[in-house]
Amino acid sequence: MAQTLYDKLWDAHLVEERDDGTALIYIDRHLLHEVTSPQAFEGLTLASRDLWRRSANLAVPDHNVSTLKSEREAGLEALPDAVSRVQLQTLDDNCESFDVVEIPLNDVRQGIVHVMGPEQGAVLPGMTVVCGDSHTSTHGAAGALAQGIGTSEVEHVMATQCLIQRKMKNFRVEVTGRLAGGATAKDIALAVIGEIGTAGGTGFALEFTGTAICELTMEGRMTLCNMAIEAGARCGLVAVDEVTLDYFRDKPLAPKGAQWDAAEAWWRTLHSDEGAVFDRSITLDGDAIAPHVTWGTSPEMVTSVHGRVPTLAEMPDETARLGLSRALEYMGLEEGMAIAEIKPDAVFIGSCTNSRIEDLRAAARVLEGRKVAPSIRKALVVPGSGLVKAQAEAEGLDRIFIEAGMEWREPGCSMCLAMNADRLLPGERCASTSNRNFEGRQGSGGRTHLVSPAMAAAAAVAGHFVPLEATGYTVEAG
Amino acid sequence: MKPFTVHSGLVAPMDRANVDTDLMIPKQFLKSIKRSGFGPNLFDELRYLDEGQPDADNSSRPLNPDFPLNLPRYQGASILLARENFGCGSSREHAAWAMEDFGFRAVIAPSFADIFRSNALKNGILPIVLPADQVDTLFAAIRVEEGYALTIDLEACTIFLPDGSLWSFELDAFRRECLLKGLDDIGITLERTDAIQAFEEQHRERFPWLFEDIVL
Ligand code: SF4
Repeated sequence: MAQTLYDKLWDAHLVEERDDGTALIYIDRHLLHEVTSPQAFEGLTLASRDLWRRSANLAVPDHNVSTLKSEREAGLEALPDAVSRVQLQTLDDNCESFDVVEIPLNDVRQGIVHVMGPEQGAVLPGMTVVCGDSHTSTHGAAGALAQGIGTSEVEHVMATQCLIQRKMKNFRVEVTGRLAGGATAKDIALAVIGEIGTAGGTGFALEFTGTAICELTMEGRMTLCNMAIEAGARCGLVAVDEVTLDYFRDKPLAPKGAQWDAAEAWWRTLHSDEGAVFDRSITLDGDAIAPHVTWGTSPEMVTSVHGRVPTLAEMPDETARLGLSRALEYMGLEEGMAIAEIKPDAVFIGSCTNSRIEDLRAAARVLEGRKVAPSIRKALVVPGSGLVKAQAEAEGLDRIFIEAGMEWREPGCSMCLAMNADRLLPGERCASTSNRNFEGRQGSGGRTHLVSPAMAAAAAVAGHFVPLEATGYTVEAG
Repeated sequence: MKPFTVHSGLVAPMDRANVDTDLMIPKQFLKSIKRSGFGPNLFDELRYLDEGQPDADNSSRPLNPDFPLNLPRYQGASILLARENFGCGSSREHAAWAMEDFGFRAVIAPSFADIFRSNALKNGILPIVLPADQVDTLFAAIRVEEGYALTIDLEACTIFLPDGSLWSFELDAFRRECLLKGLDDIGITLERTDAIQAFEEQHRERFPWLFEDIVL
């Protein structure tokens, strides 16, 4: 029978299924970070349990780390925030006592867990991947079944190498045509969420297909799958093709020689079969996707950069009107105003959505030879990993950012969730390349507008949201 | 985990869609390495007028007088009534820990985000999905009737309303069993050790590269 990509990955990892449909799924890779693992390690210790398979686990600190060079160089002991310091130290201690491989804070390979994983080849096509972080969906770009889990599940995977789950349904999101007008994978993600809503993917595995998806690089596919969770789906997927194979071929932890050949043979089967049945499908016209900007406090509150904030009169019912007025009040916006009238005070380029080398290149292309508008009070560029940072510096991108008036930081989650010192002040408005515009996400009272790196850079230069062309930048096709 | 059999409790409203886990427990509290003590910071930004800090004394902070959970009539509530897509966003189990620590045993909503739902079930909190019109009925009822309480019977999967009506809801058999008995998932799965080992052996033969040690 014709199978979907998700069906194939599920079958290859199914240990057993109970009569009521709950199943045990075998987990190949478990990524850990400091925030969601301490209570799981503690649980193991209290129950005198050990890791089922030590070599499945790989840890890295990312959420709490300082992104200031001076603080990083001074080491963990000197981190001013004592509560963060304890959490980071606890990760080191747990990895040591459970003999888990950890990439330490000042290692060049350290970075946001979802940037580091594929970069090291710690995540590979065909794997089941979990991490105590909802954006684990990112790794579905590799044709892997990758899902975010809670801390109890982290402990469960540590102790049993399995996850208890029911099979999800299949949802195909087809994007036809070719991206144009400066639109990127981020804009596809935002357009899909705008279309199906933040709960549209709940209970589904979301597979992205179509010419516009095939043409995306691995990094673009990661950006797209990263935000599957914002569409409500625990995992996003893209089929394996030449782009995937080329990306993983020389990754440090990728199989070599005959092992690679065997792996490649299996990976080449990782696509939905002709005639496979999806429970739900939608098709978007890739040519018609413009760069997007969120205006509200949920990623589904989004429109094109050429668009306007909706009006109360346009809302279908009372709940929607209430939701809109609450969002407008929090965001300090007027109904019906043009997106181009919105003026950020801050710009953040980073996060597991958009902190890879291509993201930094895209932002740098817009910023080259230009200056950040004087009205922008804070502008951070935070590379996703030490390797991304080194690559960007080798290409001179850091100079472009610094000369434009932006701060060039050390890798970490940073202002995506503001667990460290990088955060918005109450009322501050940010053009952000991250993934969540929830109330208080980037700092208590902070206001977030989600955009692509190029759009964030364009807003930095103009002082308000603008289509790329308006900054004098020539948009290349695709 | 506390078993959940029959629970009667006061219902409190959370009348907005897409309540996200950032709203339930803001990031600064995620720095804790403990599982407990998050209750005073549940819905921190809505509940208090100032910004909360981990390890701070919450008892002296100014409360937001308009937030339902601060109203005298909802004190002691153990059932939260919510809207669509409750618990969306981050996987932080701290959100479920905060709900549990606050005293909630059940949440009723038209839909839940997947990860929160699973986190709740693992912490003895019952997420009940009801059709939107029934949820509307409950919102209307608690608005007019002070002290509005429900009785939830998990064995029967029913909710008993003060007006005498009995509604039913669904939960898969495995999860129901775990909650009823307060069973720990890990213990249950480890009973299947032989099956996991057998699977692992054939998986290793088929995909040997997955079993290499990580050498950095
Ligand atoms: S960058 Fe943001 S979304 Fe990604 S893992 Fe870090 S905190 Fe989570």
